Amino acid sequence: MDEPLTIAGTPLRSRLVLGTGGASSLDVLERAIVASGTDVVTVALRRVTDRQPGSLLDVIERTGVRVLPNTAGCYTAGEAVRTAQLGREAFETDWVKLEVIGDERTLLPDPVELLDAAEQLVDAGFIVWPYTNDNPIVATRLADLGCAAVMPLGSPIGSGMGIRNPYNLAIIREQVDVPVILDAGIGTASDAALAMELGCDGVLLASAVTRARDPEAMATAMRHAVEAGWLARRAGRIPRRLYAEASTTDEGRADLLGPDTDGSAG
Amino acid sequence: MNLELNGQPRSFDGPVTVGAVVDGEVDDRRGVAVAVDGEVLPRSSWDTTTLHDGAKVELVGAVQGG
Repeated sequence: MDEPLTIAGTPLRSRLVLGTGGASSLDVLERAIVASGTDVVTVALRRVTDRQPGSLLDVIERTGVRVLPNTAGCYTAGEAVRTAQLGREAFETDWVKLEVIGDERTLLPDPVELLDAAEQLVDAGFIVWPYTNDNPIVATRLADLGCAAVMPLGSPIGSGMGIRNPYNLAIIREQVDVPVILDAGIGTASDAALAMELGCDGVLLASAVTRARDPEAMATAMRHAVEAGWLARRAGRIPRRLYAEASTTDEGRADLLGPDTDGSAG
Repeated sequence: MNLELNGQPRSFDGPVTVGAVVDGEVDDRRGVAVAVDGEVLPRSSWDTTTLHDGAKVELVGAVQGG
């Protein structure tokens, strides 16, 4: 993939962003990160307890990936802004995956709080990657506020339902100038390929890999799917037709009808 | 003096800085961040900020998350 995904001036090696949530162990996670070929992983912030906070960082350092801190679990703009500030202090990065959730059952974004938080964070100098509904108007508003990318969902987080509204994604891709990264809902490799074929510039996924029976193999599959979808989009698919169109010419076809026919058929 | 650290009461003999509280909880300052009374405190001022009695301190670190 010769043309890199570039976020706020930073070119990335991969168009796949891997969320780290859901892996059964750090060893499994590390192998999945390597297999995915990603160079950006999301992490969350929670109260320090007896667990060793250093070990996830060790995985990140060993794999050489960049950290994209998220604001998972925030329900208000105020909480999300403070969580983003914590992420900036913890990881010394201005990047933030902005999530402001409206409801714990669907985990769908709250667009009112999201827009408020995005505006505050952009003003404070953050590079904002907002997780958003697949609503073209909200996506456009986020881009207009100065977000570095927009990240519409394919379907609810962790649902594995794939892309429920491909037409909205296509509209979002046409209407915003910043990178569009499909975030949430990917179930398997074909979902990721479809996102790229629809024109997305990247895919962010976690559960599809970390909760797969074999996360390392699924990470490999996702890497290939994202690349395949990207290449297919660039290559230009053929138009859909209701009826067949032969790919082999009729011209020069041998007459193989027997002597007892009049040759008028066929 | 008394603090609330991550929701739990904690007592210290005399004044204590944010940096000292952090070092008492984690071996490594990498990947952790602090908020005091709801305000995020820059890493650069941990060692020069003395906590007041009754301060609510949140100490967070990296965990796996999408």
